[in-house]
Amino acid sequence: MKNSPLTAAMWGLLRRDLLLAWRRRSELLTTLFFFVIVAGLFPLGIGPEPATLRTIAPGVVWIAALLSCLLSLHRLFAVDYQDGALEQMLLAPQPLSLLVMSKVCAHWIAAGFPLVLLSPLLGLQFGLTGSTLWVLVCSLLLGTPVLSALGSIGAALTLGIRGSGLLVALLTLPLFVPVLIFGAGAVVSSDAGLGAEAHLSLLGACLVLATVFAPWATAAALRIALE
Amino acid sequence: MNWFRWSSLQQFYPAAGKLIPWFASLAVAFMSVGLYQGFFVAPTDFQQGESYRIIFVHVPAAWMSMFLYVIMAGWAAAGLGLNAKPSFMMAQAVAPTGAMFTFLALLTGSFWGKPTWGTWWVWDARLTSELILLFQYLGFILLHGSIDDLRRADRASALLALVGVVNVPVIYFSVQWWNTLHQGASVSVTAAPKMATTMLAAMGLMALGFWMYSLAVTLMRMRCLTLERERHAAWIRGLEES
Repeated sequence: MKNSPLTAAMWGLLRRDLLLAWRRRSELLTTLFFFVIVAGLFPLGIGPEPATLRTIAPGVVWIAALLSCLLSLHRLFAVDYQDGALEQMLLAPQPLSLLVMSKVCAHWIAAGFPLVLLSPLLGLQFGLTGSTLWVLVCSLLLGTPVLSALGSIGAALTLGIRGSGLLVALLTLPLFVPVLIFGAGAVVSSDAGLGAEAHLSLLGACLVLATVFAPWATAAALRIALE
Repeated sequence: MNWFRWSSLQQFYPAAGKLIPWFASLAVAFMSVGLYQGFFVAPTDFQQGESYRIIFVHVPAAWMSMFLYVIMAGWAAAGLGLNAKPSFMMAQAVAPTGAMFTFLALLTGSFWGKPTWGTWWVWDARLTSELILLFQYLGFILLHGSIDDLRRADRASALLALVGVVNVPVIYFSVQWWNTLHQGASVSVTAAPKMATTMLAAMGLMALGFWMYSLAVTLMRMRCLTLERERHAAWIRGLEES
């Protein structure tokens, strides 16, 4: 299994992308820092009443996660596009959609997973407690990979276009809306004592659908961008 | 009759020119009869009074907004599948009309919401998903506009249109899936209508009128796009001389 060329290529690409991300640690830290700062602005703007903060916490943490994911998206293919590595991936005998999946995985591990790890801290600051905090972490754990996968479509479509950073936001934010609704909804209903299973199941469904279809669409978009 | 004959822009251009006046006059006829029927003939609603009459614009506009998106995505898919430039141009020609109807549906909806719900806007599932549809239309137009290479612009925005087609069933079924403020559908193909026949007739006429309008405007835009994109072709030069 280890020696099959496809697995080798996917593993190799994953390791390479993670290594490259690790070499540019400061960028990862910027994303993380952005996440904390955006979430931190809300109490300053809205006022420090604990009851209000507790109500808005799920939405705030989720929106902050969404924006910081967006911030790191445009780099998903841009560097490989500039140095020509992307063209080699297109020419490779392995299916492009699976290679894209590796890149998306690497993006999530580098940019999405740290947010998940950091989110209980933010939740605590907003006064979430106990099981609700766990639901927040679970919803982000299920939801942030969907953001990376859907975002990769937008990143591929806008590859090498003037003002692509802003355009990526316009194209992908509408696609992110269901994830935001189910993710924040899980935390809200858990906080209200209603149980989060329904929302988490829907998030899981989003994750499955996005994992199956998004890499495929991204691969098509990359072929369009590079033909 | 060989329908693929019309996929040649040289054949399509004069034929569209002949069809436009027909569709345009039909649009005017249907819409004026529909509006007369809706605003003067249809009875006053016993609960909502006169304010309900905006549905004669609102419901057909909302139908068109979803229908045109599917049409646009269909042309986009045809373009990607057959690698045909006129299909991409059709998708591009439909998009602004679709965006206009989406905006019209949202606007008239808020006119109706103010007297009935007491608010211009609620973050209800159907309203939100319709707003997202508007963003999808705008995203399509913006993406097409920001890529210089026309071939790539066509294909990239077609792919975006296809990805966004997921939203259409979500809008359509949103009133059933979520228990929200927006009422369920009153008109259905399978069940008996829940409204007076005159109201139904007015709504149907308006929908037909909007269809004809969309056809006329799309063909007009198609002719403009043809002139713009094929300006170097010999037959366009021939048009100038004749």
